[in-house]
Amino acid sequence: MRSQYINELKDLKVKLLKMGAMVQDIIEVSVQALAKQDLMMAKRVYKLDDDIDVLELEIEEECMRLIALQQPMAKDLRTIGTIMKIITDLERMGDHAVNIAKVTLEIGDEPLIKPLIDIPRMARLTEDMVKKSLDAFMAEDIELAEEVAHDDDKVDAIYEAIYKELIEMMIENPKLVSQSIRLLFIGRYLERIADHTTNIGERVIYMVTGERIEIN
Amino acid sequence: MAKISVKDLNLYYGDFQALNNIDLKIEEKKVTALIGPSGCGKSTFLRTLNRMNDLIDHVKTEGCLCLEDQDIYDGDVDVVALRRRVGMVFQKPNPFPKSIYENVAYGPKRYGMKDKKQLDEIVERSLKEAALWEEVKDRLNKSALGLSGGQQQRLCIARALAMKPEVLLMDEPTSALDPIATAKIEELIMNLKENYTIVIVTHSMQQAARISDNTAFFLMGDLIETDKTQKLFTTPRDKRTEDYITGRFG
Repeated sequence: MRSQYINELKDLKVKLLKMGAMVQDIIEVSVQALAKQDLMMAKRVYKLDDDIDVLELEIEEECMRLIALQQPMAKDLRTIGTIMKIITDLERMGDHAVNIAKVTLEIGDEPLIKPLIDIPRMARLTEDMVKKSLDAFMAEDIELAEEVAHDDDKVDAIYEAIYKELIEMMIENPKLVSQSIRLLFIGRYLERIADHTTNIGERVIYMVTGERIEIN
Repeated sequence: MAKISVKDLNLYYGDFQALNNIDLKIEEKKVTALIGPSGCGKSTFLRTLNRMNDLIDHVKTEGCLCLEDQDIYDGDVDVVALRRRVGMVFQKPNPFPKSIYENVAYGPKRYGMKDKKQLDEIVERSLKEAALWEEVKDRLNKSALGLSGGQQQRLCIARALAMKPEVLLMDEPTSALDPIATAKIEELIMNLKENYTIVIVTHSMQQAARISDNTAFFLMGDLIETDKTQKLFTTPRDKRTEDYITGRFG
């Protein structure tokens, strides 16, 4: 009963959860920094991303070590393979948060052209999706994994609304073009983050069932 | 295509039933691995395929076991001829205390072949097929016992191949060998399947995963699951298979 190996697999899952929590955090911080136009906070995003990258490598090495030393099979193998894919998605989410921080720094203290409502809403939704996808991973819950795909439709709808609104603003007042495009980018980054969470959902379904499906 | 079809096979050692209703098709020119914990019946099953269990007292075999369209447990089957078609290699290399040449030529000679040139050809072909020729061609008349363990095992494979069998049964053929000799035998097995149907019992799941096309998992005399090897090792259907191959068994 390879108890040490089984514990190591458990520890690995816990580390993945920790990485997920860090990604939720970085999304939150990056959008808060924008909303408050807090440049120090935006700079902190870079540091948070470095920490995520370090943990990603650590998890990857742990996966490689288990594959080399324990020759995992069947569900264990699918779990480790899934973890290795999930960390790539999480790492990319971190990068997008950095992109958001970059735009925030570019906007600097220039007054925002409109009160931010949709972008923070999108951020909250995507944070929830990150959490939900990893909850689905831990609980091996296929239905929850599929739910992430439905949430992604909501995120896409908000992005579409932001797009239309900003286009209209740009047409009405060309002076707003520069910041409008920047805000549009931020919407786009959040939309990409949400897409990565649906990847995680798909991976979880494969891990549990061994079947490949595309949920979005 | 199925080279061997097994249906409703039951085997008893006296009162003890060692195999329960086994149904299995063994594909031609593929490697089929039999895995499972000690005492699960995999070696017993292997030995039913060329009636080696006949040599054990109080063994009773029931059911249908067809090599192509011949039921090998029919009363009129010539067991010696059967074992010519279904050769076997054992766990421990067991060369005869004779020269390398004589080991390989032994079977054909027993069958009455006397022509030196023909025998030479068989010895060379068999040793080449067993990937041993280059290492021994200059010392064919030296004792087989002077070979390393891995070479001895390949010699035993050559000895089996000399009879031009259709099926080769292997009972843990590398468990007594070091990793390099094991790798050579594994490579050999993968090449041999071009011409032979191979059934191998192995305790190493990694070995089964590396070399076999199909895998059958046995547990306490039952065949629990059989599938393409890749499928069985990534997404087994049965919880017991999952538990065994992930090491959570017992």
